[in-house]
Amino acid sequence: MSTDYPNDLRYTKEHEWARVDGKIITVGITKFAVESLGDITQVDLPKEGEELKKDAVFGTVESVKAVSDLFAPVSGKVVKVNDPLGDSPEYINEDCYDEGWMVQVEVKDVKDLDALMNAEQYQAYLKEQESH
Amino acid sequence: MKQTPLYGRHQALGAKIIDFGGWAMPVQYSGILDEHKTVRQAAGIFDVSHMGEVWFRGPRAAEAVQKLVTNDVGKLVDGGAMYSCACRPTGGIVDDLIVYRTDGQSYLIVVNASNVDKDFGWFREQAGALCDIINMSDETGLLAVQGPNAVALVQSISDRPVEDLKSFTYREATIGGVKTQVARTGYTGEDGFELFTPANETAKQWDALLDAGAKFGLKPIGLGARDTLRLEAKLSLYGNDLDEEHTPHEAGLSWVVKGKGFIGEAALQKQKAEGLPRKLVGFVMKERGTARHGYPIVDGGKPVGVVTSGSLGPTVGVNIGLGYVPPALAQPGTRLQIDCRGKSAAAEVVQGAFYKRHS
Repeated sequence: MSTDYPNDLRYTKEHEWARVDGKIITVGITKFAVESLGDITQVDLPKEGEELKKDAVFGTVESVKAVSDLFAPVSGKVVKVNDPLGDSPEYINEDCYDEGWMVQVEVKDVKDLDALMNAEQYQAYLKEQESH
Repeated sequence: MKQTPLYGRHQALGAKIIDFGGWAMPVQYSGILDEHKTVRQAAGIFDVSHMGEVWFRGPRAAEAVQKLVTNDVGKLVDGGAMYSCACRPTGGIVDDLIVYRTDGQSYLIVVNASNVDKDFGWFREQAGALCDIINMSDETGLLAVQGPNAVALVQSISDRPVEDLKSFTYREATIGGVKTQVARTGYTGEDGFELFTPANETAKQWDALLDAGAKFGLKPIGLGARDTLRLEAKLSLYGNDLDEEHTPHEAGLSWVVKGKGFIGEAALQKQKAEGLPRKLVGFVMKERGTARHGYPIVDGGKPVGVVTSGSLGPTVGVNIGLGYVPPALAQPGTRLQIDCRGKSAAAEVVQGAFYKRHS
């Protein structure tokens, strides 16, 4: 199951993942989120330079059936946006950890990263959710 | 949750199962967009066994049915079917349904799954003195086979011709070894059949259709694609677009208000004479945004109506929807704003179905 939830990523309870590279993190949504949403038809993301606030909504994902909010895993400034998702939101369905990345954020306070789960913790969290 | 006779089949196929009006139903198998495309381009099979089947039998069966439905039951011939509404005395829609006539003393009304108990109670209360009214929903299985290849597929495992059936007619045939009432009806905007079978034989027919269907490009289709298919064809969904707060006239269904002496007739006549307070319209999104059930429709900064259905139209390639608006805003070409979770997005009223099949 390690490929479903790569070991080098960190995870949130809202089913986002973060790839940490120094002060810059890359953010997307997890395989679990993608499978829950089904076919994704539209993504609304912030613009470069916008400030995100940890746990606040920073965008939305629309699938055929539903709309879901995206929650910022950390506070910080958006330094890059995966613009091709505007025309090709299906990249998220096809490859949520690579081509389907959403934004890169410059972390304001690296302590925010400590609150994120590792792959093992996230999978345990998913199991716990499932049993509820 | 209640299960159809095919529940095990859906699980084995890896379908995602959801609670739909108390029924454990497949919402998708391969994915909504893929399934949608399959029905538009080849053929799809749907388990709709959760729908309700109520029989009316006896010398006064026709009278009983006419009392309950808005369309003109007298126009039905043996082997014929018609779409209709059933209304409260207020004109509010109890359900939308299809009436099938076996003969003058035997009618079948097929109703929405989530309304079976309500409808059956209402029918018995209002017309139970006129004839026998029997709820056969649990004993009846129903499959829909829809798409450009659907007719050839069903014909290929039928013991007699069914491809010559006209729209909204039905006939008995043996399909995949199962005695079936074969109806040329559907809910997708495509050609095809709906197949009524004894519930204990529905799985056998499902297997036969999937086997024979391989060379017709057949795939199982869930409720998710059923919803996008019907929305593109501008077919209303009870509980979304239709309910007891709205009349057939408001819902654009005046064409099924042709009967005489049905419950709600006076209220509907009065409403027609006085003018409609609102109308159900189709709209296409002109700005980025997906309309969803319950989103406000806004004009000049004020809420004027509400979205009843909305989604991407996978075949038409744009975001589409239905909603109730005042008659003054119902003209094709009218610009509306949809409040998509606080973000306003422009939409334009359009006439007719979003998708129409060729031929």
